[in-house]
Amino acid sequence: MREKVMKSRLSVAIAFAAGLLVCAAFLLNQNVSAAGEGKITGTVKLDGPAPHMKGIDMSKDPYCVKAHANDTPHMENVVVSTNGALQNVVLYISEGLSGNAFQPATTVPVFDQKNCVYTPHVLAMDVGQTFKVTTSDQTAHNIHPNPNPMTGNIPWNQSQPPGAPPVEKSWKAPEFIEVKCNIHPWMHGWFAVVKGPYATTDENGNYTINNVPPGSYTVTAWQETFGTQTQKVTVASGAAAKADFTFKGK
Amino acid sequence: MKTALQTWTLCLGAAAVFALPLASTAQLTKYDFETRMNMESHVGNITGHARDGAADYHRYCESCHGVRGDGSGEVAQWFDPPNFPKPRDFQLGIFKCRSTPTGTLPTDMDLFDTIARGLDRSGMPQWSTFTKQERADLVAWVKHFSPRWVNEKPGTPIQIPPEPEVTAERVKAGRDVYARVQCWKCHGVTGEANGPSASTLQDDLGRPIAAYNFTEGSRPKCGSSDQDIYRIFMTGLDGTPMPSFADNIKPDEAWDLVFYLRALMTQPSKEKALAQQLGLKPVDPNAPAPQP
Repeated sequence: MREKVMKSRLSVAIAFAAGLLVCAAFLLNQNVSAAGEGKITGTVKLDGPAPHMKGIDMSKDPYCVKAHANDTPHMENVVVSTNGALQNVVLYISEGLSGNAFQPATTVPVFDQKNCVYTPHVLAMDVGQTFKVTTSDQTAHNIHPNPNPMTGNIPWNQSQPPGAPPVEKSWKAPEFIEVKCNIHPWMHGWFAVVKGPYATTDENGNYTINNVPPGSYTVTAWQETFGTQTQKVTVASGAAAKADFTFKGK
Repeated sequence: MKTALQTWTLCLGAAAVFALPLASTAQLTKYDFETRMNMESHVGNITGHARDGAADYHRYCESCHGVRGDGSGEVAQWFDPPNFPKPRDFQLGIFKCRSTPTGTLPTDMDLFDTIARGLDRSGMPQWSTFTKQERADLVAWVKHFSPRWVNEKPGTPIQIPPEPEVTAERVKAGRDVYARVQCWKCHGVTGEANGPSASTLQDDLGRPIAAYNFTEGSRPKCGSSDQDIYRIFMTGLDGTPMPSFADNIKPDEAWDLVFYLRALMTQPSKEKALAQQLGLKPVDPNAPAPQP
């Protein structure tokens, strides 16, 4: 009789311990992928001939000419690879995210002035997310974003001479902000300020928007010359939804 | 066949749907209008009131700055940048002459001083005939054009350390700052505004604009005292290519630069005499960039 009781108590104890382990595993797993977040992934292509990007005459600054001794710099309004893949397209969720849940991403993306061009050409970020502007050049630049003050984003203009420390800033409102250098008039880039998770296409036209809670959304693709396109996607828990885009050449 | 009650309910519902957004817009506009008409300025112990500045603005300012303060007054069309810049668009709330950091609003005193000082090489005269109260009222009216002043406070004015004694060492050190942060790219090595980037300069609205020519003899737009010059490059001229150098020039070095700039200017000065005694040559643009 005592043996039976002991056996049953043991099995209860084992079951309890097992239960605890399962709970622990589940709880620990929550931190890694909160509530089964998914992603949106895809490719952006250009249909049609790539527009000709003008070569840049940097002769006003011998430092810039020297930096491009082995390559010919071109304007970067449309950067497309041989198989039509579009780089520098910003993808973000324009509808479907509940407003209260928005928290800006905590990484600090960097916009560098290198060889008298901006790298990357388009820097995507959240409203309120801190970003950094650095200079890798031994020639003076000034970093001059030009938002529309009516949006709540106020223009500022800071010098970046050789050896200058990074400039850290953030923006108040969603906007696609043109950035330029007054010293080197060909330098032209963008700060793409959005709300919620975002991604930028790489040289293969591929992107992945991570940390997307399960739900139905509208994804917008923005390219500086071709404008925007939207697509509806549904993201299942822990899964990847696909959204490819094709912009038509002019 | 709908009953009368159903039809009425439908009509009232439709009316409500249309009226509600209008009502809320009307309320927002009324609130905004009231707030902006009640705009005040505070200059020393004088309080200016927007409503009291309206008549003077209409009489003296509107022909250039426009009835909506957007810089499109009747005569603005004949202003030809870069030699004769367009009148300011007050709706943007962006100003060159500030004691506050780049990207922030000027203080009321900044605007008050600009009206009195005028802006050389532009259509903005020295409005020395107004009383202080009239000028303060005008500042309030200028502010009322931009929604920025409703919710945003002006920036904190920068600290300007006491001016040190002018010495030959400081004038020479000032030339090193001019070389290091490369002012010469726009202003030229002699200060004649003929630097390599001078010809392509544009303001934030895409209009051609000229860098200040230190050798020409007229005054900088935002003031001509040593403190004014210090403030100009340490806050930048918002809306123009001139950036703020606050993060790149230490306060003590900034005074050195002020003295070197005086040496570049045509007016006789102690700085100019010291530079001549030293035999100070202009910056060599082909020399490698000095490090901070």
